[in-house]
Amino acid sequence: MTALPQSTERKLGLVIDLDTCVGCHACVVSCKGWNTENYGAPLSDTDAYGADPEGTFLNRIHSYEVVPADAAPMVVHFPKSCLHCEDAPCVTVCPTGASFKRVEDGIVLVNEQDCIGCGLCAWACPYGAREMDALAGVMKKCTLCVDRIYNENLPEEDRVPSCVRTCPAGARHFGDLGDESSAVSQLVAERGGFDLMPEQGTRPVNKYLPPRNRDALAAKGAPAMAADPSTDGLDGFLGWIDRTLSRF
Amino acid sequence: MHPAPSIIAFSVLSGLGLGLLAFLGLGVAMPTGWAAFFWFGLGYALILIGLAASAFHLGRPERALKAFSQWRTSWLSREAVLAVAALLFIAPHAAGLVFFGQPLVGFGVIGGVLCLQTVLATAMIYAQLRSIPRWNHWSGPAVFILAALTGGALLTGMVMAAQLLLAWLALTLVANWLLGDRQFVKSGTTLGSATGLGARGAVRQFEPPHTGQNYLLREMVYVVGRKHALVLRVLTLVLACLVPSLMLWIAPMSITALVAATVIHTLGMFTARWLFFAQAEHVVGLYYGAHQSA
Repeated sequence: MTALPQSTERKLGLVIDLDTCVGCHACVVSCKGWNTENYGAPLSDTDAYGADPEGTFLNRIHSYEVVPADAAPMVVHFPKSCLHCEDAPCVTVCPTGASFKRVEDGIVLVNEQDCIGCGLCAWACPYGAREMDALAGVMKKCTLCVDRIYNENLPEEDRVPSCVRTCPAGARHFGDLGDESSAVSQLVAERGGFDLMPEQGTRPVNKYLPPRNRDALAAKGAPAMAADPSTDGLDGFLGWIDRTLSRF
Repeated sequence: MHPAPSIIAFSVLSGLGLGLLAFLGLGVAMPTGWAAFFWFGLGYALILIGLAASAFHLGRPERALKAFSQWRTSWLSREAVLAVAALLFIAPHAAGLVFFGQPLVGFGVIGGVLCLQTVLATAMIYAQLRSIPRWNHWSGPAVFILAALTGGALLTGMVMAAQLLLAWLALTLVANWLLGDRQFVKSGTTLGSATGLGARGAVRQFEPPHTGQNYLLREMVYVVGRKHALVLRVLTLVLACLVPSLMLWIAPMSITALVAATVIHTLGMFTARWLFFAQAEHVVGLYYGAHQSA
């Protein structure tokens, strides 16, 4: 049934640090790779080597510029994938029961054998987290690498989502956001993690950590910088040369 | 939103057919014999053509039967279940009138009510979506229901009812457009809330996540329609309401006028439904720089 569970035993999800993300897109590539080779229909590309290449991705990195009123502009790289919402609007609209939210860990999944490719779940998602695969005709979305995180054939350090394992900057964290003592929950509490589009009422599990404040530019009239060519107060041998030469 | 021809054809034609069957089922018009065969046949044909068109919209149409299973949560599933129930309940009523000249009022009334509930379910598929603020408003379902009733009144030749409904439909369309224009701002979703960075300052797209197209942009960030919105709104009112109303007023007894009025009204509803999709903006567009100047 596509009814949402009242509550889930765990709330597995990601915490994404907007301060640390360098916008390298490595998570995008590793996500595409893992999810093409493993669970479900591959993430297809069309016209991959032609003039108009496009493809299905479960994770995309946007970049924004924020211009504060009293500080220098800041570029923020912004990874975006499924937020595994507690009130996931994509699940309840599904007419076939293909979309569901798991009771045991809160992961939102699509059973591809039941998906008719109507696209309504992608419309219902405010975040653009679902994409219809052009070749398979079924809806694709982030699985939180459900085929990695419980996979005992993998070494223990690999039992995290592919994007988290790959991130060279350590900007992506995986864990149980329903457990207040978990590392991710503490990170969210410490850094003031927030929800995307809270007004849409989706109650996302994934949280974002805000960029830290940057150093402020020096105010006008501040002391001269190191590169200032003034020789005032110069002493020693160079000071003697400076004073001597200045007499001419 | 991308105005897919299959969904527009489906919702206009099946809406018209359901309106006709609602009028026939509720006993507003009671044809018998061949006349009944023609009217009920037309209603069924319109709905079935619409359903076939909607199947073209699916990525995996061969699994369409699964869509009947989730009626407890999904308006799309409810629409499918209600449509089939309506057609099944109308059938004995139709057979009674065609073969025996006798209505089966019980079946007809239940079928008629189910027809209107089907139209409501179709409308709710759109109205339930908070992610598309323009659709997330009561006036959308009002337009769908009134359009179906107007089509039913025109097709069954109920001139007085049709005149009343045409006027009401025109007012509701205008209300839907004007109220809908404010919905995006009212939703409170901006690039600031979408990124959570709004409190720090003005946020703008620095660079998109990819250089090419994608499914989201094609499906939900459609921009062509809004450019000519005003012209199309006027055209919709003229075709869907004004011209049919004038024709019925000038020649209320003429079958030719009635048929022409119905055809022109339907063309108008196609324009209205195209606008319904083309004007609707999904909040995901914000992530791709839509509304940046606003």
